[in-house]
Amino acid sequence: MADAGPARVPTLEAIDEKFGPPEPTDQPSGYFRRMVDADWLRRNGVYATLALLIGVNVVITDNFVSSNTLRLQLVQVAPVLIVALGMALVIGTEGIDLSVGATIALAAAIIPLYIGYGAPGAIGLALFAGVVTGSVAGLLVAGIGVQPIVATLGIMVAGRGVANLLGGEIKSIRDPAIVSLGTDSVAGVPYVVVIAGAVSLVVWGVVRHSTYGRQLVAIGGNKRAAELAGLPVKRVLATTYVVSGVLAALAGVLLAARSRASDPTKIGLLMELAAITAVVVGGTPLSGGQVRIVGTIAGALLIQLIGATLIAHDIPDSTAQMVQAVIVVAAVYVQLGVRRANR
Amino acid sequence: MTAVELSEPTHPAVSRPTTGARAARVLQRQGALVILVIVVVSAKFGFDRFATTRNVTSIAEQASFLGFVALGMTFVILSGGIDLSVGSVFALGGVLAAWGSQHGTWLAVLLPIVVCSAIGLAQGLIIARGGLPPFIVTLAGLLFARGTVLAITDEGSTTYKVPTGSAFRDFAQGELLGVGYAVWIVVALFAVGGVVLHRTSYGSTVLAIGGQEDAAALMGLPVVRTKVVTYAMSGLLAGVGGMMIASYTSSGVTILGVGTELEVIAAVVLGGTLLTGGSGTVLGTVVGVLLLQVIKNVINQVGSLDSSWQAVVSGSILLAVVTVQRYLARIERQ
Repeated sequence: MADAGPARVPTLEAIDEKFGPPEPTDQPSGYFRRMVDADWLRRNGVYATLALLIGVNVVITDNFVSSNTLRLQLVQVAPVLIVALGMALVIGTEGIDLSVGATIALAAAIIPLYIGYGAPGAIGLALFAGVVTGSVAGLLVAGIGVQPIVATLGIMVAGRGVANLLGGEIKSIRDPAIVSLGTDSVAGVPYVVVIAGAVSLVVWGVVRHSTYGRQLVAIGGNKRAAELAGLPVKRVLATTYVVSGVLAALAGVLLAARSRASDPTKIGLLMELAAITAVVVGGTPLSGGQVRIVGTIAGALLIQLIGATLIAHDIPDSTAQMVQAVIVVAAVYVQLGVRRANR
Repeated sequence: MTAVELSEPTHPAVSRPTTGARAARVLQRQGALVILVIVVVSAKFGFDRFATTRNVTSIAEQASFLGFVALGMTFVILSGGIDLSVGSVFALGGVLAAWGSQHGTWLAVLLPIVVCSAIGLAQGLIIARGGLPPFIVTLAGLLFARGTVLAITDEGSTTYKVPTGSAFRDFAQGELLGVGYAVWIVVALFAVGGVVLHRTSYGSTVLAIGGQEDAAALMGLPVVRTKVVTYAMSGLLAGVGGMMIASYTSSGVTILGVGTELEVIAAVVLGGTLLTGGSGTVLGTVVGVLLLQVIKNVINQVGSLDSSWQAVVSGSILLAVVTVQRYLARIERQ
C-alpha cells in the first residue's frame, strides 16, 4: 500500500482543495469530553473490569480474600502471563506467534529427557529449544518474508510433532531442584510467581526505556517507514520472535515443574489462544505499533479470574467458555469503538 | 504489498515475462501439486498397499471431511479474512447431527445446517458490520462453539449415537461406484465453488475485497454483504463436514475438530492461496487437502514410524512451500 507509486500521491494542497481544509482541532467541549471518556475506557477498561470482578468476588465468593486463593490464582496465571508478554512484543510488531504452545511442549519434553545433566543443564537445554523455534520463526518472517501467521503455524504443527517424538508418553519429573522450582516459595511467594513478576518487570522496562523497544513499536506502526528511517528492521523482528520463543520455553519449564510431569501431547495446548486473548483484552491492538505490558498483565489476570470465578460457583466449563467468548469480543469492540471516535 | 506484486506481471504495457519468471509463476501456483505427484509416485513404488483401490478410496473419503471445511476457508482467506472457529463448528455439526438423528433424519440434516450457518452469519455480521478483526471474532467463535458442544453433551460426557437402521447413516456410509457419497458431494461442491469464484460477481467481489478492501468499497461493491455471506458459508460448510463425519462414524464425537482450523488453513495455504487474500484457487485447496491426507496415509503405511511424524512432515512441508513461494514471487518480479 505504501509503495503504490510515488507519482500518483496527491500533494497536501491538492487534498485540501478537494476536501476542504482540515477541521479545526478545538471542537466544542461536549464532543471533546466524549472522546476523552472513550479514550479513558480503552486505556483503563481492563483495570476497571478487573477491579470490578475482584470486588464482586470479595462479596459473593467464600474464602476469596485469603492468601491461599491469591497464591493459587497467581501460580496458575504465571505461565500464561510469561507467554503473553512475549506475545505482546510480537503483536507489537504487527506479527503473531502461534508456535508458543508447541515450544512449551518441546521445553517440557526436554526436561525429563536431559535431567541426567542436572537441573540447570536440563533447563538450559529446554530454554535453548525456545531459541531454536524462535530463530526459525524469525528467519522465516524477517529473512524470507513469510507471513507470521503461516510461519508460526508451520512451526506449531511440526514442533508439537517433534515434542511427541522426543517425549513419547507422559514422564514424571522427580528431580528435587525442578520440583522445588514448581512448588516452593520464597518469603511466602512461590518461585513461579517471582519469576513471572521479574519477567514482567524486565519486559516492561525494555518496551518503555530501550532502543529496541522503541524500534519494535516503530516497525509495528509502519514497517516501510521504519526501513526507510534506517532501523534494523530484520534484526529487531528476528529478536522479537526469539524472545517470544524463550519466554514460551520458560513457561514450559515452569508448567512441567509444577505438574511434576511432562505430557507433550497435552501441555501448552491452546496456550497461543489464551496468550493472544490476554494481550488483546489488555489493550494492545492486533494491528501493531503499540505494546501495553501492564495492560497485558491485567488482561491475563482478568481471564484467570473469570475462569476461577466461574469454577468457584460451579458454573460448567461450557458456560465458562461462552462467557469468555463474549468478553473477548466486547473488549475488542470497546477498543475499536474508541479508535474510531478518536479519528 | 502483494497487490502490487500481483498486478505488475499482468499489465500489458510491461514487457513480456521471461521464461524463468513464467516458470516461477507456475511453480508458485502449483508447487503443492508437484509435491503431491512426487509423494504419490514414490509411495506407489515404495508401498505395495498404497495404490490399491481400497486405500485410494479411503484417502479420498478421509480427505472429503476436511474438504468441506477447506472449501469455506478458501473463500474466507481469499476475502482477506480468517476463520478460526471451523474446528469447533465442525464438532458442533457432528454432535447436532447425531443428536438430531435420534429424532428423525430430516432433523439430523437440518439442525447442523441451520445452527452452524447461524454461527457463521453472526461472526460475519460482527466482522463486516462491527469492523472487528476476523482473527479475534472467530477466536471467540471457536470458544463459543466448543462451549455449545459441551453444553449439549453434559460437559462432553455424552456421545450421541446414530440409531441403527437410521437413513442418516447412508449419507456417508452409502457408496456410488465404490466411492462414498461424501466424496461425490465434496467434489460437486468444489466444482460449484470454482464456478462461483471465477464466474460470478460474488466471486469477483470476494477477490476484490481480499486484494484491497478500501478500493472494493470505493468501487461500490457490496463489501459487507459479501463478507457476511462468506463467513456464513464457512460456518455452513464446517457444519456439513461435521454432519458427514457423524454419519460416517454413526456418532457425534465431542473431541473432534481440535486443531482442525489450523490443519485446514495449512491445506489452503499449501494450495497456493495467499493468506493476505485476493489470490488463489479452489482447485489448489483440493491439492492441499489431498497432500496432507496422502502424507498421513503414507506415514501410516510405514508401520515402524510414530504417528507424530505426520505432524512433523506436514509442518515442514508447509514451511518449505511458503518459503519457496516467497522466493519464486521474488524471481517473478525481476
